[in-house]
Amino acid sequence: MRKFKEGFIEKTLLTSALITVAVTIGIVSVLAFEAVRFFKEVSIFDFFTDSQWTPLFTDKHYGILPLLSGTFLTSAIAISVALPIGLSISIYLSEYAPKSFRKTVKPMLELLAAIPTVVYGFFALIIVTPYLQGIFPNLSGFNSLSAGLVMGIMIIPFISSISEDALHAVPRELREASYGMGATKLQTAFKVVVPAASSGIIVSIILAISRAIGETMIVAVAAGQQPRLTLNPMVPIETITAYIVQVSLGDVQHGSIEYRTIFAAGITLFAFTFVLNTISYRIRKKYQSKYE
Amino acid sequence: MELVAEKNTKNFTMNKESEQESKTKISIKNARVWYGDFEAVKGISMDIKPNSVTAFIGPSGCGKSTFLRLFNRMNDYIDGFRMEGKIKIDGTNIYNKKIHVEELRKEVGMVFQKPNPFPKSIYENVAYGLKIQGISDKKVLDSRVEKALRQADLWEEVKDDLKKSALALSGGQQQRLCIARTLAVEPSIILMDEPTSALDPISTAKIENLIFGLKEKYTIIIVTHNMQQASRISDYTAFFYIGELVEYSKTKTLFTKPEKKRTENYITGRFG
Repeated sequence: MRKFKEGFIEKTLLTSALITVAVTIGIVSVLAFEAVRFFKEVSIFDFFTDSQWTPLFTDKHYGILPLLSGTFLTSAIAISVALPIGLSISIYLSEYAPKSFRKTVKPMLELLAAIPTVVYGFFALIIVTPYLQGIFPNLSGFNSLSAGLVMGIMIIPFISSISEDALHAVPRELREASYGMGATKLQTAFKVVVPAASSGIIVSIILAISRAIGETMIVAVAAGQQPRLTLNPMVPIETITAYIVQVSLGDVQHGSIEYRTIFAAGITLFAFTFVLNTISYRIRKKYQSKYE
Repeated sequence: MELVAEKNTKNFTMNKESEQESKTKISIKNARVWYGDFEAVKGISMDIKPNSVTAFIGPSGCGKSTFLRLFNRMNDYIDGFRMEGKIKIDGTNIYNKKIHVEELRKEVGMVFQKPNPFPKSIYENVAYGLKIQGISDKKVLDSRVEKALRQADLWEEVKDDLKKSALALSGGQQQRLCIARTLAVEPSIILMDEPTSALDPISTAKIENLIFGLKEKYTIIIVTHNMQQASRISDYTAFFYIGELVEYSKTKTLFTKPEKKRTENYITGRFG
């Protein structure tokens, strides 16, 4: 009886693991299947070189570049906000802040990632954009600058929290060795602790980039819906994710070429985040073994 | 600063046995340490002689490591640390508010229990202490790195792969690298907190030989759990028990004719 019970539990656990794998495989195959049908009608070469993306217009163009540039632009702005702030926070929390401060502030920072992204999007559109228009009068109502800035705030905890974990995991003995030779706290932080935790910090940055690329609501609400091949942060653009939302909410016919563009865009997005996540997973595995 | 000025006078007093005997490198007056409510060191006074090896022995938790870490103020960053009493190095009270701890630690080097090289190259490990002082001249760095590695008896083993990661060295080599790293800064005192407890007997013997040679130029204080080690390498031995200094004398005297019953019980292995 006991043996049966053990076996039953084991099978149940195995099943739940298998379901997760099966769902992932299912999603990827649907993506791939529909994308393949899309590429039967549109050449891959055009897809990656055409500078216009107008599947919903009469003059149809299927160039992913404008969506990629939009995604790149918002993500780059977000990272340039989140990286310096997130890193400073992590170094302060790990090396300088008293224990009690660290214990209260870290969970509060992580709350930033728990705010629904539609709230951020709304915040960008209603508050940040009008404020920025006071500084840059020619800023459009929808623009990648405001969406990128707000997205940067949102991904701060990805960088600060994971980097802080990595910094904190650096053995106390290394800090003491450095202090013991007459190094100051600042020298120790930047010359010993940060380099020793570099792989963890890189992982945090990659995960943050991956999150920024996949972020949907903020850019859909605040960055606009105009696929445009540009690096100008002042004008409306469209990201891959925002395009998918736009088409999913619209009334394109199921099975049509317009409908399949979602999957072509989706698989491109998936390829990017998959590569980034794989790199971060590899680095993390290497780094875990370093101090054990 | 007196801490630095003393170095020059050291060389010519070294040969004069009698004068050296009477000199004091570190003078501790009624040192007491608390971690929160726990009193780890309960009022210890002692004088440590220059150019000698002094061993601190005693059972685990007797406060000897805490006491050792007072000399380079390494306890300062520990939560709840509080101390009373005076510790003078070459006549300067190191707990004086005007003391720069960074300057003090250049003068009082430390080697730790577990080899703790930085995850950098062998060269970078040894050059670290010099670089943070702002020394960037490649020639100066090269020669001081070589000198320190030679002093730590590691040069011959690593001279061809100075660029290799220090983590690739064996445990014993890593510990000698840590000693070299400390020597490169040219301190006058070296604190060693159970430096061989993580090493095999052969590596331990190498480090003991090294310590023996180093005392010509440095004042060495070593915490050890290994009684044979204390009797082999030290000139003076101090026995600690629950935060107190029980007995402190020449190593030979302490191991052959201990004054206190408790010391005798400990060194003969009846407790601890």
